[in-house]
Amino acid sequence: MSAVATGKRGSLWQGLSDWANRHRKWVLAAPAIIFVIALMVVPLLYTLVLSFTDAQGSIQRAFDFVWFENYISILGDTARFWPAVWRTVIFTAVAVTLEMTIGMAVALLLRRPFMGRGLVRVVMLLPLVATPVAVAMMWLLIFEPTVGFANQVLGWLGLPAQGWISDPSTALPTLMLVDVWQWTPMVILILLAGLVGLPEEQQEAARIDGASTWQRFWHVTLPMLKTTVIAALLLRSIDAMKTFDLLYVTKGTGGGSSHEVETLNIYAYALSFDYNEYGMAAALVLIYFLIIVGVLVVLNMRRKENRR
Amino acid sequence: MSMRYRRSWMLAATAATGAMVLAGCAGGGNEDTINIAVANHPWTDAVLANVEEFEAETGLNVEVTSYTEDQLSQQLNVRLNANADDIDVMMVRPLQEIRTFDRNGWLADLTEQATSDEEWDWADFQEGPQESVTLDDRVLGVPLATEREVLYYRTDLLEAAGLDVPQTLEELETAAQTIQDQNPDVYGFVSRGARAAAVTQFSSFLYSYGADWVAEDGSSGIGTPEAREAYTFYGDMLRNYGPPGVTNMSWPEAMGIFTQGRAAFYTEADSLYTNATDPSNSTVSDVVGFAQFPEGPAGSRPTNVPSWALAVPASSNNQDSAWEFIRWATNQENTIVAQENGVIGARASAWETEMPDIPADLAAAQRTSAEVGVGYSHPVVLNVSRARDIVGDPIVTAIEGGDVDAALDSADRAFTEFLASENE
Repeated sequence: MSAVATGKRGSLWQGLSDWANRHRKWVLAAPAIIFVIALMVVPLLYTLVLSFTDAQGSIQRAFDFVWFENYISILGDTARFWPAVWRTVIFTAVAVTLEMTIGMAVALLLRRPFMGRGLVRVVMLLPLVATPVAVAMMWLLIFEPTVGFANQVLGWLGLPAQGWISDPSTALPTLMLVDVWQWTPMVILILLAGLVGLPEEQQEAARIDGASTWQRFWHVTLPMLKTTVIAALLLRSIDAMKTFDLLYVTKGTGGGSSHEVETLNIYAYALSFDYNEYGMAAALVLIYFLIIVGVLVVLNMRRKENRR
Repeated sequence: MSMRYRRSWMLAATAATGAMVLAGCAGGGNEDTINIAVANHPWTDAVLANVEEFEAETGLNVEVTSYTEDQLSQQLNVRLNANADDIDVMMVRPLQEIRTFDRNGWLADLTEQATSDEEWDWADFQEGPQESVTLDDRVLGVPLATEREVLYYRTDLLEAAGLDVPQTLEELETAAQTIQDQNPDVYGFVSRGARAAAVTQFSSFLYSYGADWVAEDGSSGIGTPEAREAYTFYGDMLRNYGPPGVTNMSWPEAMGIFTQGRAAFYTEADSLYTNATDPSNSTVSDVVGFAQFPEGPAGSRPTNVPSWALAVPASSNNQDSAWEFIRWATNQENTIVAQENGVIGARASAWETEMPDIPADLAAAQRTSAEVGVGYSHPVVLNVSRARDIVGDPIVTAIEGGDVDAALDSADRAFTEFLASENE
């Protein structure tokens, strides 16, 4: 009897392992697939469902399906939504452009050996390792209009005091500068790594052909560095678009009294954690998601066209 | 044998591990520990300094987590949404949170414990604060601090200018102007200017001009001529006599300006007075005076509100111990301890006790304010945050010198719509 049982079990085990063997690409990928479904697909679908409801206050309360009402009211909101889209775009475009330009210049300088290069490299990287919240607090103090260091310096130079972060018209540009201060080192780091890996031969050939420094940079270095530049650009753009800590710490919920630094992230935070309007917040986040997907699709199409 | 047994052994081990993981998820189940989420507030410092007494008395362990006001509110929203059972007692703002938390089903009903305990004496609590935590005859929290808006001023500057303490808002404006003209480093007036934060302190101006957030018929009250005057006055005061960047200021920033000796007058909640009188925080500690909120066209109508209460989340597994803690923290003795540290509680008996450490002019202002005060400092609605943003917008416009009438028209419309949607 026991022999029969063992035989049965043995064949079951055999069958199972045969099955696993035949489908091994699924079996081996299963943990990853399960994680992705649990941590990305489910929340995304849940957000989608929430965005069609009027959920408010607590997600456990009963809610009604209002379908596209949230989307219509957000897309028609010229007081907060569209200005927030605009600010997100401006903040990202200006900050990343400055970071890429300065980053490239500094990386080119740091590439050549000079005395104290190691020290300069370390000092350059310091802003990068500082905690964003601490950085935000520090700049908030520096830019404080009455007692802050920035206005003291302006005073020494005989210039009028500025409102900096506290003035609605200068808050966003000031915070872009802080972002540039903190994140240019990352661009430098990436570009420098790319530059170090470039072969010297082409440079030499170009020099012999009589190319100027600018021509060598524009026609030789930059094309060879293209993939690195794109990587840095993508990383920084994604990061800049979702900047939250700097804006929230310096201007609080709602991005200041006139919403002067309210980007889409800050607005989504206000909707979900200040107003507790979860349906609206979910719809906003999905619209944001679609905007990003749209941008990526366009970029991808451009890239394919370029290849052809 | 071996194969079968080994397998069943492994099965048992897996089951045991799973059970432990699940038990771990249940978390917070330790009955001897009470988890308390509080705001950074003078009350917290004063009363929780003696928490060992309570621990020794009851054998319970108290774990305190302290947040800033905004953080606390967001923490509570997130964790109560998730049915977290790791908070047993929480500090809530009665006017801002009790109604909406109750609608969400987050609050334990404390009626029985509160009303049956004669020694602790619920009847000793003043009526206004009691009402603020009671909905449909259910007691949902215990008030622990009340506050009124008063006028902080610099006695030395007033004396140097030969002025009396302003009795009316008009006199306040004249005095602010005079002192600012005489002292190049001093701003005549400071108060909160940040959109949502300003609302609670602007309230007294609004009421003293004879207006209110919501009209008697339940529609928006901020479009009335009286409200327009109040908004304009508050904006003018801060634009003409206030520091730069005032639209970023909540109380810590405004208090900073005052305690650094940079402002002559400051309208703020009395509960924060120790910031101004404590020499380690304030450079003007010995020249600070207090007075009742000045009279507007409708008299002096400052806010007089229950600012904080303790409540128990419905999701707590430890509600009996939680009540024990609340009972201890809000008893007569601790109410007086808090009061000695400047936090005026809600117990009538404590109000009658003489407090030698509270400045006499402040105590007088508190008493008279309590008599004439209004019991709320923002619209009393469910989604208070959104309401504060709507009615706070025109304050910012007024401070910036923009078109107040247009801002009020649009805020009035938005607020009417908001009120209608809340009543649906």
